[in-house]
Amino acid sequence: MNDVPLAATLHASSRISAFLAGLGLPDPPAGTPADAWLAGLSETALHDVGLDREQLAAHLHLLLDAATTVPAAAKQAIHTLTILGGHGKDGEREPEALVIKAGEIVCIVGPTGSGKSRLLADVECLAQGDTPSGRHILLNDALPTADQRFAPDCKLVAQLSQNMNFVVDLKVGAFLAMHAACRQVDPESDVTERIIAIANTLAGERFCRDVPLTQLSGGQARALMIADAALLSASPIVLIDEIENAGINRRQALDLLVSKEKVVLVSTHDPLLALLGHRRVIVHHGRIADVITTSEAEKTVLRQLEDVDAAIAALRDRLRRGARIEDPIIWGPPPVADPPA
Amino acid sequence: MRLVTVAGPPSVGKTSLFLKVAARLRDDGAQVGVVKFDALSTTDDVAYAALGLPVRVGLSAGLCPDHFFVSNIDDCVAWGKQTGRDVLIVETAGLCNRCSPHIRGVLAICVVDNLAGIHTPRKIGPMLRLADVVAITKGDIVSQAEREVFAFNVRLANPRAPVVWCNGITGQGSVDLAFRIQAAPRVATLEAHHLRFSMPSAVCPYCVGETAIGETYQRGNVRKMSFEESA
Repeated sequence: MNDVPLAATLHASSRISAFLAGLGLPDPPAGTPADAWLAGLSETALHDVGLDREQLAAHLHLLLDAATTVPAAAKQAIHTLTILGGHGKDGEREPEALVIKAGEIVCIVGPTGSGKSRLLADVECLAQGDTPSGRHILLNDALPTADQRFAPDCKLVAQLSQNMNFVVDLKVGAFLAMHAACRQVDPESDVTERIIAIANTLAGERFCRDVPLTQLSGGQARALMIADAALLSASPIVLIDEIENAGINRRQALDLLVSKEKVVLVSTHDPLLALLGHRRVIVHHGRIADVITTSEAEKTVLRQLEDVDAAIAALRDRLRRGARIEDPIIWGPPPVADPPA
Repeated sequence: MRLVTVAGPPSVGKTSLFLKVAARLRDDGAQVGVVKFDALSTTDDVAYAALGLPVRVGLSAGLCPDHFFVSNIDDCVAWGKQTGRDVLIVETAGLCNRCSPHIRGVLAICVVDNLAGIHTPRKIGPMLRLADVVAITKGDIVSQAEREVFAFNVRLANPRAPVVWCNGITGQGSVDLAFRIQAAPRVATLEAHHLRFSMPSAVCPYCVGETAIGETYQRGNVRKMSFEESA
């Protein structure tokens, strides 16, 4: 980087310009090589920055390297996620291994306090026998590499939970643009518009890019988190914790994530959500007690549940519009009009 | 004896997290000692003592906590050696974000939390920028998108340090930190060691107790704000 004008480097790497902006130094003059710029910084300026000349140069080098090489973890597709069994609260062992493939939805069910969130947390931190359950997580049948566990900006696991909130004081559009910049998405891309559009199809009430994140309703926030995880997050594994009451279209949300070839794990009490999974894990006393594949009969029940769900959604819509609900409810698919004669 | 300095802004969860780390090190058979630096008062020593670990407290009171820390750190090392510790965890009191407690040749961990806001990493000086490991806490309560932006900003502030996602309540990340501490450089004394970067400084009448406000008292190392419109 020594001979290249710093301005050219800045232009090439949004990371380096963001880093320098964070230091609060004046913009370097165009055409000044990085070395000359570094040499010209006063001791006072460096003292204020909190890095000496050597440390600042080392930072710039590392950022430049990071900008030109894609992290190994980000390049690697995840085909399988394996949960090697640990033990329950009672010390009893779990099944040896649960293997989940990309594009598969696995639901986690069990009474409150049975350890559903613990299981998700184990996957989230790619546990290596270092959590209360003693589970080990494998990726593509191998132990996660240090990069997979510790590289902060190419995290493999994205998470959505009922406890999560947007806390940053920014408008939806501005924040998504910032997230896109972190993901090195072309600033000209329309991805932020697409995320908002998809979130609006998932949630009942529409919102626009100029709404502050902190003013979104629970359903809108959850919908935005899902759309963002699907379109902007590079993480191949998505964990969803109890989103049943979020007021979003659940099938559409899961279809969206699965269509991106992600491994999807859903902790839930909701029969509709549970039957949308290809398999479900039953958790009991902190351990995996059983794994069930969703049967054909259950898929028939699922279709009935979806009809009920649609009927309730229609009632909700009428309530919102200020209508009365006095006519008898028909639990079933909407009547099909006779074909024109 | 292996030494680790733990730094981070107030209320990020340093003590909650390092209680878990210390317990883990103890369970792995290490003789662990803890020194807790704070400004005015602390009860964190009680929590460490409840783990059965010897603990000492340093309160900086009216002094800059950073300067107080560096004036006492070698005494902490001597105490740890004397009491036969294998590992000494020194938790500092990060207050102004321009703190610079990390020492060359000593494992340095910085703890930051997701709730602090996504721009916080760029507002923290040498404490974050020159750390060997960054522990990020409270990731369980903010959105995934904010976590990713936060982590990106941590990476910009410190492109060298691995990030460990931690949770002081569940103990997530504590095994990783314990593992890194068990591989920390051994230290016998800090005599002739150097800080990684100079501490924040001010030598002026206010440093020695002046309370009156006015031009007359602004002597020594004084810097004035500029109220000019920037072009």
